[in-house]
Amino acid sequence: MRRRRILIAVLAALALAAPVTAAAQSREVFVPLLVYRTGPYAPSGIPIADGFVDYFTLLNERDGGINGVKLAWEECETQYDNKQGIECYERLKGKSPVVVNPYSTAITYSLIPKAPVDKIVVFSMGYGMSAASDGRWFPWVFNFPTNYWSQASAVIRYIGAQEGGLEKLKGKKVAHIFHNSAYGKEAHPTLEELAKKYQFELSLLAVDHPGQEQKATWLQVRRLNPDWIFMSGWGVMNQVAIKEAVSIGFKMDHLIGNWWSANDSDVVPAGEGAKGYKGATFHAPGTNFKVHADLLKLVYEKGKGSAKKEDLGAPLYNRGIVNAMLTAEAIRTAMTKFGNKPLTGEQVRWGFENLNLTEQRLEQLGMKSFTHPVKVTCEDHEGSGPVLIQQWDGKKWNVVSDWIAPMRDVVRPKIEGAAVEESKKLGYTMRDCAKEK
Amino acid sequence: MLDLLYAVAVAPFRDMAGAPAFLIEVLIGGVFAGLMYSLVALGFVLIFKASGVFNFAQGVMVLFAALTLVGLLERGVPVLVALALTTVVMVALAFAIERLVLRPLVNQAHIILFMATIGLNFFLEGFGEMLWGANVKKLDIGIPDRSFIVRGVQINQLELTAAATAAVLVTVLAVFFQRTRIGRALRAVADDHEAALSIGVPLRTIWVVVWSVAGVVAIVAGLMWGAKSGVQFSLSLIALKALPVLILGGFESVPGAIVGGLIIGVGEKLGEVYWGPLVGGAIENWFAYVLALAFLLARPQGLFGEKIIERV
Repeated sequence: MRRRRILIAVLAALALAAPVTAAAQSREVFVPLLVYRTGPYAPSGIPIADGFVDYFTLLNERDGGINGVKLAWEECETQYDNKQGIECYERLKGKSPVVVNPYSTAITYSLIPKAPVDKIVVFSMGYGMSAASDGRWFPWVFNFPTNYWSQASAVIRYIGAQEGGLEKLKGKKVAHIFHNSAYGKEAHPTLEELAKKYQFELSLLAVDHPGQEQKATWLQVRRLNPDWIFMSGWGVMNQVAIKEAVSIGFKMDHLIGNWWSANDSDVVPAGEGAKGYKGATFHAPGTNFKVHADLLKLVYEKGKGSAKKEDLGAPLYNRGIVNAMLTAEAIRTAMTKFGNKPLTGEQVRWGFENLNLTEQRLEQLGMKSFTHPVKVTCEDHEGSGPVLIQQWDGKKWNVVSDWIAPMRDVVRPKIEGAAVEESKKLGYTMRDCAKEK
Repeated sequence: MLDLLYAVAVAPFRDMAGAPAFLIEVLIGGVFAGLMYSLVALGFVLIFKASGVFNFAQGVMVLFAALTLVGLLERGVPVLVALALTTVVMVALAFAIERLVLRPLVNQAHIILFMATIGLNFFLEGFGEMLWGANVKKLDIGIPDRSFIVRGVQINQLELTAAATAAVLVTVLAVFFQRTRIGRALRAVADDHEAALSIGVPLRTIWVVVWSVAGVVAIVAGLMWGAKSGVQFSLSLIALKALPVLILGGFESVPGAIVGGLIIGVGEKLGEVYWGPLVGGAIENWFAYVLALAFLLARPQGLFGEKIIERV
């Protein structure tokens, strides 16, 4: 009898709580997180996911969300695997998400055709399909603040500067060591065009998944004896490549990883040998920013942090912060038009397309000098943002360059050409941005 | 057509002849890589020899051993003590596997035991991650990872050490199997569980011994691979590198694991360096399997595997 009463009481409590839960949910914006905290790519996936989640937690704790609308999220483990990524997306789609961050170029390619159908923005920050930077053809895909092609051109500009000018690249040997995947190959078209333009000798050396064994690649590097190496690696490939480079005595300050190949976890196994290794980035490393102080005080002191305190400031952790901040600012932009309430995917898409993140706004966010301002337009979903070069000194990363502008004169026409090609495959038509202003 | 034929059948050999020092470097690189694969393959061979079971969890055992070792080192335990403690952990694991997984499945079909090792694989992966975390860990056991040049040929000290370690390990294992009483008992169990039991071979003890030895081999493999790439979860994937070695060398031959490893190591390096560029590179993973399959067509039991003749 007593059990029955308890059961009835529990059911009654649940029944009363149900509308409250529904109401609470209706005051939230839901963002699914396709993460990889396990598997061979976990060392790279964990810090990004931690940074992202911590920033969203900070917004909820400090500001009550975005303009009073709480942020809700749910992680789904993809192991950086395309099939699992799609499964995650399909599973979380039912929770009315407004934007998805795929964290994988291959998953991004798979989600692009779904975005306009499901009305969910695909935000592949600094990765994914470079051609999708042309917003006239890909209204639902955003990859600002910069893309792989812009990065490749900025790195070549940097190498040129180190050699004494772009014209000095003539006759130099540049090798691109890349993860043998859609991601790793993404920079090729730009590198090939720049090789023709500046007459340097480009060698493309593939490393197969996961990259645990790369001896053959580095034997070829030994024979080739390149002046510079640009690397597009991920996961264990980075750590092994850096160790191999140290092992053959390659000049570490002439090895430049892309922004997915230059995290603390990439250089730690090589120890002292990794000193001098460089990497591209679009934000600063370290914790000397107000946003980190806020995270420590309002998230970590309350025991709500995702990472270990000492891991804050690692490049990939900071990238997670930038990713979450850009997502939040796009949602905030959408609220200026549609009101401070939970939004639809279409409304958030407008927010992404009209995002204008100024220096002043970055300062308000506690991110002055942390990353670069970005302005997104209907035509340009990339922002053509500049790139920094950071260097490992054996203990930490230091920024060793000014902001390097991509070669927009080379990259933008390629983006427009590729956008037409990719759109043809998907049966898209070009929209007239002039009519939307 | 002629151009293609030239590119495939002539140019690579001209390339080899034109730069013999580089060819030697490729061969040495292949030998070293092959011995590293052999280290992993040995663990598979030991368990297959004693129980006829393909231990799907061998790759994860390598990872688990390396994680345990580096976890202890990170807590300030001296290297030798950490190695001893890791050995204790791996032996304890062998006892647990025998008691909880193998004993209830005695006399079951090999496929059932194989399925059990698949379960074990996922359990150990998750348990190791829960215990030690998923971050990349540096494994520094004092072996320098620099290269030196001998007559224009570059040799890596870590790889050289790994090769020497593999050679010592194989010698010890060969003596253990051929010259010791327990080694002979292991071979008897491998031939026939029930027959071995009927003549008084203690099956349970044998299984504990063999899983313990496989655990020790996993420590050595984890040590070498961990020093090469850092200790992280992708270490478990090196089992994929051991498979073609096993196909080629035979599943129950210790020398087969070594010779197979050398052929695969050298073959895949030659393939990647001289023929890889023809198709855009990154062929060494699948090229190793092609090589193994080619051998398999000629010798289905592998180079050193036993030819099974059954009366029908």
